[in-house]
Amino acid sequence: MPDTAQTQPASNKPKIDLKMYGPAIALVLLCILGFSLNTAFLSEGNITNLLTRSAFIGIIAVGATFVITAGGIDLSVGSMAAAIAGVMIILMNSLIDVLGTGTLTVVIGAASAIMLGALAGLANGLLTTKGKIEAFIVTLGTMGIFRSLVTYFADGGTLSLSFEIRGTYRPVYYESILGVPIPVWVFIMVAISGWFLMNRTTFGRYCTAIGSNEHVAQYSAINVNKIKTWTYVIQGLCVALATVIYVPRLGSASSSTGVLWELEAIAAVIIGGTVLKGGYGRIGGTILGALILTTIGNILNFTDLVSNYLNGTMQGLIIITAVWLQRADWGSKSKT
Amino acid sequence: MDRGGSMLVKNPITSDVLLRAESLSKSFGTVPVLFSVSFDLKAGEVHALIGENGAGKSTLMKIMSGFHSPTSGRIFYDGAPVTLPRNGQAEALGIVLIHQELNLAEQMTVTENIFLGREIAKNGILDKSAMHKRVVQILVSVGLDISPDTRISQLSIAQKQMVEIAKAMSRNARVLIMDEPTAVLTEAETRILFAQVDRLRKQGVAIMFVSHKLHEVSEISDRVTILRDGQWIATRPTKGLGLDEMARMMVGRELSDLYPPIAEADIDADVALSVEGLSTQNVHNVSFELRSGEILGFSGLVGSGRTELFEAICGLVPMQNGAITTFGHAGRFATVAQARDAGIVYLTKDRKGKGLLLQEGMQANLTLLALPRFANRLMLNKKQETAALARAVRRFDIRARDPNVLAKDMSGGNQQKLLLAKVMEADPKIVIIDEPTRGIDVGTKQQIYHFIAALAAEGVSIVVISSEMPEVIGISHRVIVMRDGQIAGTLTGDAINETQIVRYAAGLNEEKMHA
Repeated sequence: MPDTAQTQPASNKPKIDLKMYGPAIALVLLCILGFSLNTAFLSEGNITNLLTRSAFIGIIAVGATFVITAGGIDLSVGSMAAAIAGVMIILMNSLIDVLGTGTLTVVIGAASAIMLGALAGLANGLLTTKGKIEAFIVTLGTMGIFRSLVTYFADGGTLSLSFEIRGTYRPVYYESILGVPIPVWVFIMVAISGWFLMNRTTFGRYCTAIGSNEHVAQYSAINVNKIKTWTYVIQGLCVALATVIYVPRLGSASSSTGVLWELEAIAAVIIGGTVLKGGYGRIGGTILGALILTTIGNILNFTDLVSNYLNGTMQGLIIITAVWLQRADWGSKSKT
Repeated sequence: MDRGGSMLVKNPITSDVLLRAESLSKSFGTVPVLFSVSFDLKAGEVHALIGENGAGKSTLMKIMSGFHSPTSGRIFYDGAPVTLPRNGQAEALGIVLIHQELNLAEQMTVTENIFLGREIAKNGILDKSAMHKRVVQILVSVGLDISPDTRISQLSIAQKQMVEIAKAMSRNARVLIMDEPTAVLTEAETRILFAQVDRLRKQGVAIMFVSHKLHEVSEISDRVTILRDGQWIATRPTKGLGLDEMARMMVGRELSDLYPPIAEADIDADVALSVEGLSTQNVHNVSFELRSGEILGFSGLVGSGRTELFEAICGLVPMQNGAITTFGHAGRFATVAQARDAGIVYLTKDRKGKGLLLQEGMQANLTLLALPRFANRLMLNKKQETAALARAVRRFDIRARDPNVLAKDMSGGNQQKLLLAKVMEADPKIVIIDEPTRGIDVGTKQQIYHFIAALAAEGVSIVVISSEMPEVIGISHRVIVMRDGQIAGTLTGDAINETQIVRYAAGLNEEKMHA
C-alpha cells in the first residue's frame, strides 16, 4: 500500500501535464511550423482571418463541450445551423416589405434565430432525457430532419438574403471593434461565459458529475434530466449565435451549409482534452482545439507542401494523435 | 464433448462421493477467509451449505467449482486428486456453478444461450435445426414450457434460472453448484425449482445448494454443512436436524468491544420519521417510526426489500402507496433534493457505483450532495468548499496522501468516511446508512460505529441497514427484521440477538403476518 502511494503521483505527473498543456503546445508548434514555411503566416491579416474563421466552429464547440461533458453527444449541429440560417433568411427577406431594410429587421431575424436554436436544443434534450432515447440516435434523426428542411425551404437550391438588407447585416461579419473583428469578439465572449459556467457554477459541476456517473449524480440530489436538457439548449444557443454571425458572410444558405460542422465541433472538443464519454470537460482546451483545426487548414493554404485537398487527412491525423497522446499510458503504469 | 450420446448422464444412484474437498484453506492477500474446511458431495444428493454472511460459503463454492484456487488443501473428483481449471472451465469436467446473478446473454435466444461456445456446426455453418431439436428435448426434460427461440430478456427470473439449469444439463453436468437460487424467486417459482432439483437428484446429479432460507434447506436437502467465520462447524443429515439447531450453529459468536457504548434510547423523544403503509414493487405495506436520537437497525436477508424501502422514502424509487411524516410534516419526496431539504439523506451501500465520483477528487465529491449550500445562485464559493474539505478531513479522520487524490485511489475505509462526510454536509436530521461497513477494515469499522453513536447522541436519527448481524446488534437501540418486503418483526432490548434475527429473517417466527 505505501509503495503504490509513493510511486503513483510520480508516474501520473507527466500524463496530467500533457493533458493540461498538450493542446497549447500543439498550437504553438503549428504556428512555428506555419511561420517557418511562410513568414506571412503571422501577419496581422492572416491571424485576424484565422481567428474569424475559428469563431464558427469554436462557438459551436463550446456548446458541444457541455453536451459531451454531461455524457451526451449532438450530431445535429451542422444541419441545425443550416436550418436556422434558412429560416432566418426567409424571415428577413419577407420582413423587408413590412419593416424595411433597417436594423430592426436584422435584430428580429437574429432574435428568431436564437429562439429557434434554443427550441431545437430543447427538442434534442427532451427526446434524450424524457424520451429515454440514446443521444446518438436522437441527434442522428434531427440531423436528417434539419438538413432536409433547409433543402425543402430552398427548393433544392440556394436561399439568398436580399441585397437590400445585406448592407445592414454585413458589418456583423466584416466590421471590427478596436481592431478585432466582431465574430472574434463574440467568440471571446462565448468562451469566457462558457469557461465561467463550466468551472465556477453548480451547473458546470453537475454536468461533470452526470458525465462521470449518472447514478452518483442521481443519488446526490441532482436533477439529471434537467441538467442534461439544459446542455442541449446551450448547444442550440451556441449554434444559433454562430449562425447569426455566419449568415452575413455569404448571405445565403443551401443544403451544403454547415456540412460536417458537427464533426469539426466534436473534434475540437476532443483535441482540447475533453473526454468523449463524459465526466471531464475543458472549455479552454476546446477553444485551442478549434484554433488548431483552423490553423491546419490555413497552413495548407499557405504552402504547397501538401495539397489543400488533404486538409481532412491532416485534421484526422491530428485528432487521432491528440487522443493517442492523451490516452496513452506512456508505459509508466502497469494498470491495463 | 460427447454430443451424440444421451443428453443426461444417468448414473446409478450410489452413495459414492463424487466431489470431495479436504482441508481447504483460502486467504485473499493477507486476509484468511477459510480455515481447513472439508466438504464432500455424493452423487444423487442435495447437500446444503449454510452460514452467515462472511462465513465463507461463497469462497468454498467458488473453490469447488474452480473459480478460485485454494491456498492449501486438496480436491478429489471421482476419488482422484484434481486441480480444477480456472474461470469456469471445470464445466468441461461436469462441474457447473450457477451464479446468483445469472450468466446469460440477454439479447440471444434460449437455443443460442444453451449452445453458446459449443454450437453444432457443419463446415462452419450453424446447424440450427439440430440445435433446436436438442434444446426442445432438454426443455422438456427440465419441465420448462417455453419456446427455444424466446429471447432471454423476455423470460422471468425463474425461467432464466431454469435455462441455466438446462444449459448445465446439456453439458452433462454431474455436479451442480447453486448460489442462493431461491433468493430472487417467489414461493411458486421456488416450488418449480425444487421439483426440478428433485428430478436431477434422482438422475444421480450431485447438488450443492447455498441458501439463507432454513426451511427450504430443511425441505430440499439430504445433508447440511454449517460454516461459521470460515470454519467448518458440522455436517449433519437434514433429517432430525431442527431449524433452531441450524440457526444456533450458524450463530454463536461473542460481540467484542468493537462497538461504542450506546446511550439509552429516549422513548419520549419526538418522532422524527413516521412511515405508514408504504408499498413499492417489492415492499409491501411497511409502517414504522423513528425517534430523534435513535439508532434503528434494519436486518434481513439480501433482497428482503430494505434498500428499496429507504430508496422509496428518499425519492429514488417510485412509491405505490403510503404516507411519510417527517418532524410532523406530512409529505412524500419526489426527488432526492426534496428529501435532502427536509433533512433526510440516504448513504448508499454501492460506494463505487452510486456513492462517489471515482474520477474526481475529495473536494468535488464532498460537496456534491449539498452543492447549493456552497453557491450563491449559480456561482460556486470555492473558498467555502475548501474550508469544508479541511473540516471534513479533520472531523472524519479521512487519510489521503494528498488532497488531490482521486476517489478511486483511496482505500475502501477512507472512501466510506468521505461518503459519510458528503451526506453530513447537507446537515441532515435523519441519516440512513446502507451497509455502513461493507468491505472495510476493522479499525475503520470501529471509527464509523463511533461516528454513528456520536451523531445519535447529538440528536440525529439514524437508520442502519446491515446484513452483518453483529453490527446491527452492536449499535442499534431497536432492530426491525424484514422478510419478503414486509416487516417480519421488531426487536428491542435483550430480545436483540442473532438467533431471534435469524428466526425472523428465515421466516420461523411468523408474527401473524399472513393472518
